[in-house]
Amino acid sequence: MKAIVNVFLKNGVLDSQGKAVLHALSGHGFQSVRDVRVGKQIIIEMDESDSAAAKEKVAHMCEELLANTVIEDYEIEIIS
Amino acid sequence: MSAKIKVGIVQFPGTNCEYDTQHAFDALGCETVILWHKEDAIPDGTDLVVVAGGFSYGDYLRSGAIAKMSPIMKALKLYANNGGKVLGICNGFQVLTETGLLPGALKRNEGLHFISRHHHLKVISNDNTFLRHCEANEVVNIPIAHHDGNYYIDSEGLKELYANHQVLLHYTDESGNIDNPNGSIESIAGICNVSKNVFGLMPHPERAMESLLGSNDGRRMLEGFLSA
Repeated sequence: MKAIVNVFLKNGVLDSQGKAVLHALSGHGFQSVRDVRVGKQIIIEMDESDSAAAKEKVAHMCEELLANTVIEDYEIEIIS
Repeated sequence: MSAKIKVGIVQFPGTNCEYDTQHAFDALGCETVILWHKEDAIPDGTDLVVVAGGFSYGDYLRSGAIAKMSPIMKALKLYANNGGKVLGICNGFQVLTETGLLPGALKRNEGLHFISRHHHLKVISNDNTFLRHCEANEVVNIPIAHHDGNYYIDSEGLKELYANHQVLLHYTDESGNIDNPNGSIESIAGICNVSKNVFGLMPHPERAMESLLGSNDGRRMLEGFLSA
């Protein structure tokens, strides 16, 4: 079973990297770009057969290590 | 002076300020020992534990995130919760926020650059062990060297920090006016916990021990931990 975790800065926490990428894209003529957010994706291979149990474990991993919930939100997708 | 003050200095893979820190506390007459991250206890009789600067675990995932999983950090939490004094400098500050021993978090510098230079700081609260030898509103000159020094806390947390005198230092110019190098909220450079036994700051007082090398303002800060 595979878990895909996306971690992004919370809304309201300034994403300096996203802003820098936005400015670079606008400067290169991509005028339709309105906003950019930069986050990270963590892909986890697990020995689990139950997707609900897997999701619960990954959520625990996010709380313990993968995300800093003071400034970041996370989303988990389980692919069996 | 009675028995020497015992200082433990935490070393993770990637820590690189542990020997500067050791040199600084040796120069102040302390007994110092390096604590490898796999050790699972703080030695008996330790008066202060310093989490030194550097790039623990290459700053992978987030600065200080992987370090918080080390055996020594479990021991350090216990030590701090029993009132033991802890000082986190630079990456050490990041490790202490990641472990939850200090509130808030440290983000990438707003300008996205690594910043390495001397910077002025204004002393905000000195009713604590660390800054008791500094005057309130005094401006000191201490080197900074970081990529992730952009301090963040939510507005409620910020209010509590000020109400409890937990804000230690602001980044300023030499006249004490706000001069924010990294986007930190309210230009905050260092804080402590509510109980005032855990301290964290991005600047490096251990690099400001000799006026010949630019500043000795760090000496008075570290001297706060002597004769506890």
